[in-house]
Amino acid sequence: MNKLLQNAIWVFVSVLGASAVGGIAFNRGENINALWFIAAALCVYAIAYRFYAAWIAVTVLGVDETRATPAERLEDGRDFVPTHKWVVFGHHFAAIAGPGPLVGPTLAAQFGYLPGTLWLLFGAVLGGCVQDMVTLFLSVRRDARTLGQMARDELGPIGGTAAAIGTFIIMIILIAVLGLVVVNAMKHSPWATFTVSATIPIAMIVGVYMRFIRPGEVLEGSLLGVVLLLLSVAGGRYIDGHETLRLWFDHEGLTLAWWVMAYGFAAAILPVWLLLAPRDYLSTYMKLGTISLLAVAIILLQPDVKMPAVTAFIDGTGPIFGGKLFPFVFITIACGAISGFHSLIASGTTPKLLGNERDIRMIGYGAMLLESFVAVMAMIAATVLDPGVFFAINSSAGVVGADAADAVAKISSWGYPVSVEQMQNLARQMGEATLFARTGGAPSLAVGMASIFGSAFGEGLLALWYHFAIMFEAIFILTTLDAGTRVGRMMLQDILGTVWPKMAQTAWTPSVVFSSALVVSGWGYFLYIGVIDPNGGVNILWPLFGIANQMLAAIALCVATGILVKSGKLRYAWVTGLPLAWLVIITSTAAWQKIASDDIRIGFFAAANDLTDKLAAGVLPPAKAAIAPQLVFNLHFDAWLTLFFVSLLWLIVLDMLRMCLRYLTGKPVLPLTESAYSTCRFHEDWMRD
Amino acid sequence: MVSGLKAIWQLIRRLSGDDAYGQYLKNHAQLHHADVEYHPPLSKAEFFKQWQDRKWNGIKRCC
Repeated sequence: MNKLLQNAIWVFVSVLGASAVGGIAFNRGENINALWFIAAALCVYAIAYRFYAAWIAVTVLGVDETRATPAERLEDGRDFVPTHKWVVFGHHFAAIAGPGPLVGPTLAAQFGYLPGTLWLLFGAVLGGCVQDMVTLFLSVRRDARTLGQMARDELGPIGGTAAAIGTFIIMIILIAVLGLVVVNAMKHSPWATFTVSATIPIAMIVGVYMRFIRPGEVLEGSLLGVVLLLLSVAGGRYIDGHETLRLWFDHEGLTLAWWVMAYGFAAAILPVWLLLAPRDYLSTYMKLGTISLLAVAIILLQPDVKMPAVTAFIDGTGPIFGGKLFPFVFITIACGAISGFHSLIASGTTPKLLGNERDIRMIGYGAMLLESFVAVMAMIAATVLDPGVFFAINSSAGVVGADAADAVAKISSWGYPVSVEQMQNLARQMGEATLFARTGGAPSLAVGMASIFGSAFGEGLLALWYHFAIMFEAIFILTTLDAGTRVGRMMLQDILGTVWPKMAQTAWTPSVVFSSALVVSGWGYFLYIGVIDPNGGVNILWPLFGIANQMLAAIALCVATGILVKSGKLRYAWVTGLPLAWLVIITSTAAWQKIASDDIRIGFFAAANDLTDKLAAGVLPPAKAAIAPQLVFNLHFDAWLTLFFVSLLWLIVLDMLRMCLRYLTGKPVLPLTESAYSTCRFHEDWMRD
Repeated sequence: MVSGLKAIWQLIRRLSGDDAYGQYLKNHAQLHHADVEYHPPLSKAEFFKQWQDRKWNGIKRCC
């Protein structure tokens, strides 16, 4: 009877899931309720988790709940600590879920709601979750070693070096593009700039509180911080209304970019307890709180999605970024579907806490499902806006024209009607001077979230909700930015240490200052070119980030596939091999188009040549002519960087295939480095923590 | 109901690191009681400083 009931429930979930996915896929011409997205997502996740993930865990990986994990075997009470599964899940999710799943879907909404949503759902259950779970498993079986170490041990020095270089570069690009998102959100918005700046002293107050006033009282300190943050959102309205004070916070993008760089440098050299750690507490609470609130609001309000399923921009002429649906939807949405960065958390960090192998499915696969769900909500928040409004916010002046009347005429001519009055009204409601050409994804997401929150919890507070949403995005973007700069600095110190050992001393001030400055100039350069780019910069930087992130995912999947083959599991190697093949196809195609396309909105070289010709012909306006040589240099640089990424990718794929071929033909390969079996003490549920 | 709320509160404290020092003391007693050279446990402030430094040594946040 019990079995029958279970089967009936799964049949019901399958039918509901299929109808919901079918409903959003085949709906044309009418608004569709956002609840269908939620239903489709939950059903797909449930089925994938119950059947596919369980099958991978048991049959492909062979998780063994009687086997001791590194957390148990190497327990030292410091790094290796067996921890309750829900606590590990919380840490793991807080670590993997950053601003990526919010920004990517917002940008990809230019293709309509459908392509992005389908890729989020199926990319996650077949790709991203599998990558996270398999990497976690492999690291657990290898004394919690990092991806780079596993690549070196199992594939050889080529794989190891490629993983190390890939990790460093992706960090640089990631920080730059996130910096650009924050800068664009603060540009000429005194309210947003004040609120975002206020997060810095607030974090320091919390840091001092937790370090000196009430040492170790984390929750107390965080509560204080959250209250101050909310006050700073409200205080921004006062600043914005004040004639002199508002000027202090009203800046050009470039000025703000310099401030963001100065902040990144300071965060990398200041002690962690003062800035990094307290800011992270605040951003984690804000993130979890706001996302839960958004889920509740969507379920309460049940808003209609107004964006069509598919727009005309799948032909590559989209205003937000150039490029056809294939491959660019898969590049634009990395986080939320598959993100290589996660493999750095799933190896090295999380395995040191995992008490029992049986929780690998819940933590590796489950946490990524939750991130995918966050991305689906971001997609909903972007697509509940009128498409005309969505495009007016996200299209740069370089594409639709700097004049409001020109912009609305152009956007309306695409079939998405919008008027100047409508945009002005909206800007006034949100407490902003203008919402035209606010590229980067953060402002349109904030408008979407504010309208959802506003309708669900009180229409009169739209401006507060908008700036709350901006603060919420900015605070954890800055957390990724400062944590990333710090980690980048330490990686660089490691590398420099191989040349001059003294440089590797993480506490030696000259080395700290020098390597921090080098890392900040690295991402600062990309941030700078993004800010001066007349097309908003997102068009250049986000695809670079997507390609880099997918490349890292491909490296992780290479390691996984290589190990599966070496473990005599060739018949299951498709589990990681197929997502790998897909990533290789999309990153190679995207990279090829970014390098070789004749379309100046896609190809870096084409854009550079176009600009050079225009400069020679003297048809550029003086302001643009002044920066043109620099833009040309940047475009060439971006093209070579893309080529480097894709070469690195192919290098490691071929290295992995070479190793598999040697193994299958009986030639010697590097031995498996799995640690020996020892019996787990905690295999009964009640014994664990 | 009350025990449920208590469990959630425990989970929040554990997740945030609010009870990290308590856990450390418990662990310290278990792991080191038989050591030849017994080191007394760290003070709360000192432990917390080390705990934070260690937590931020490595990749802990991503996109």
